[in-house]
Amino acid sequence: MMGKKLFTATLGAGVMSFSVQAADLEVIHWWTSGGEQKAVTVLAEEFNKLGKDKWIDTAVALGENARSLTMQRILGGDAPGAAQFNTSRQFEELIEEGLLLDLSPVAEKEGWTDFIRPSSILNPCMKDGGIYCVPVNIHSAQWLWTNKQVFADSGVKEPHTWEEFLAAAPKIQAAGYIPLAFGGQGWQERHVFDVVLIGVTDEAFWNRLWKEKSVDAAGSEQMRKVFETFGALRQFTDTGAPGRNWNDATNMVITGKAAAQVMGDWARGEFAAAGKVAEVDYGCIPGPSQRPYLTLGGDAFIFPKSSDKSLEAAQMKLASMMLSPVIQAKFNNTKGSLPVRADVDLTVADACMKKGLALLDDPKASITPANAYITEDTNGQIQDLVSTFWNEPSMSVDSALSVFKGIIEDAE
Amino acid sequence: MATSAKMSTPRRAKHVQISSLLASAPMAIVAIGVFVVCVGYSVVLSFTKSRLFPNFNWVGLDQYERLWGTSRWVVSVENLLVYGVLFIALCLISGFFMAVFLDQKVRFESGFRTLFLYPYAMSLVVTGLVWQWMMEPSLGIQNVVQRMGWESFEFAPLVSSEYAIYGVLIAAVWQSSGLVMALMLAGLRGIDGEIWKASRVDGIPTWKTYLFIVLPMMRPVMITSVVLLAVGVVRVYDLIVAQTGGGPGMSTEMPAKFVIDHITARGNVGLGMAAATMMLLPVLLVIGPWIYREYVRPTKH
Repeated sequence: MMGKKLFTATLGAGVMSFSVQAADLEVIHWWTSGGEQKAVTVLAEEFNKLGKDKWIDTAVALGENARSLTMQRILGGDAPGAAQFNTSRQFEELIEEGLLLDLSPVAEKEGWTDFIRPSSILNPCMKDGGIYCVPVNIHSAQWLWTNKQVFADSGVKEPHTWEEFLAAAPKIQAAGYIPLAFGGQGWQERHVFDVVLIGVTDEAFWNRLWKEKSVDAAGSEQMRKVFETFGALRQFTDTGAPGRNWNDATNMVITGKAAAQVMGDWARGEFAAAGKVAEVDYGCIPGPSQRPYLTLGGDAFIFPKSSDKSLEAAQMKLASMMLSPVIQAKFNNTKGSLPVRADVDLTVADACMKKGLALLDDPKASITPANAYITEDTNGQIQDLVSTFWNEPSMSVDSALSVFKGIIEDAE
Repeated sequence: MATSAKMSTPRRAKHVQISSLLASAPMAIVAIGVFVVCVGYSVVLSFTKSRLFPNFNWVGLDQYERLWGTSRWVVSVENLLVYGVLFIALCLISGFFMAVFLDQKVRFESGFRTLFLYPYAMSLVVTGLVWQWMMEPSLGIQNVVQRMGWESFEFAPLVSSEYAIYGVLIAAVWQSSGLVMALMLAGLRGIDGEIWKASRVDGIPTWKTYLFIVLPMMRPVMITSVVLLAVGVVRVYDLIVAQTGGGPGMSTEMPAKFVIDHITARGNVGLGMAAATMMLLPVLLVIGPWIYREYVRPTKH
């Protein structure tokens, strides 16, 4: 019905004048939680306000599902107008095959390379002088979100390292709370693993492992400690964890069922949507690690090439809109992420966001996420290993280490 | 028509043959084009180093080596075997019992029939989601029973990597046994009433008649059911995605999910195609001997 109406409207507009042809721009994304939906609505509404083009929303739960759908649609010749990916190597083959729209005309006019920071956020978009994606935000992954009340009730201080956490967790458990709110989905298990990895080791180790794909690092004593610490966390989660969505786990911290959750800064949007106040009701601890490190990843939109000129115009318009200072401020405040440009108004930023911004200015604190260096294939192998290790306590650290070493050995 | 009446029999037969050939041509083209060519292409790609896009960098059996060295694949195959055998057996048993129940000329038979067949009309995604909620430990059946007073009651198979596959199995059997019921009921209704009369005269108990006389007579229905169920087993994908996502860990991973994950999100078409080829093998092993028996052997004598 809707589609028919739109079709007639478009047809009508086309007959009246060729210059005002409007396009339906389908956008595939995985922003389905409460806070995320509010953020994506900002983009959709602002885009619809710009003119006759219309944002058609296709929300798919779970990033990996949304990305597979996009890949299938592009390969099958039924590409969407735009699609969300992570700032990573996830879409490099699409660029190589020339399936994505080169945004350089807009990018050069607006000077994207001058204002998008840090440069690691724009790098995955660039290939052979073209710009093929729009980074919309910077997400930092290493945060421990805490419920202040639960920690007060349990009589323990909020932990700043994994050792402190493991020491505090039994006391929290004794007080009748779940120490760690955990979502047992592959990507979340992997996420916590990465946070433990950087928390137990350091930046140099991180780069040796992911950037240089050092087999020595993969089989080292430090890596053993990572697996041991990660495995020790199992006993502090609840039985309902398998399959749980990240925002349901966040909700356990919000409602005081659980003491803490390891999640990226996107969890801030959930706390905000629940009306909680940063550093009063809930705490945000970068890490936990000796020295705060944040991997700076984020979300980026790609725009599949199309022969339809009016769609291409709409794509360029959306790309430009996503980076405008006003939208950057509005969108990222709702989403809980940091804007990709420094010159936006952040007066409404809360205490946790300010912490993140301060760390962003410290060049030593920011590191590049693993998936900027390894392919999705390798990434998937590691996710399978981590997921098996987490769910099969019978798997020894030794065998996990040897599998891990094998994966890094084969990594491209 | 006057002319057709004069036509000789052989010419008429030829005429029929051409039109039936014409009628089946689209199906034959699709079968050869889609199945044979595409399957062949998949097999070819399994010997290449294709990533997200197909290419022809030959690597020999490397992908197969990696495949069988990948624990996720091995676990998927084991899961498929356990799931497949139990699924077919349980569906046949429950479907047969439901059919026998309806065959007793119960009141509201059509109501029951709709009720039993209803799950089959539902998409596997919906089925998966509904059962995921029912098996959720803090919201589902377990929670309801515990709140009614039975504190030690436990029913949350999906959160344990040991039992999750059975949780999936329950949903699958619930979804498909209605279909078996419908087929079996049709089979039961096709049994000649004289047989029932004769067995009653001989004083054979009803259950014995069902088990030793009626059931063997329903062999064709059973074969149809098994074939339909087996097809469902090999392609099981959406149920897994909706219900467990393959977890916890890899405890409910299935070969079809392995293939689709690798040719899409993980950008490794070569490995995915090697897995797809491995899925094709057992099918060929079953169909091969059957074709031989049906078409090749009879021409020899």
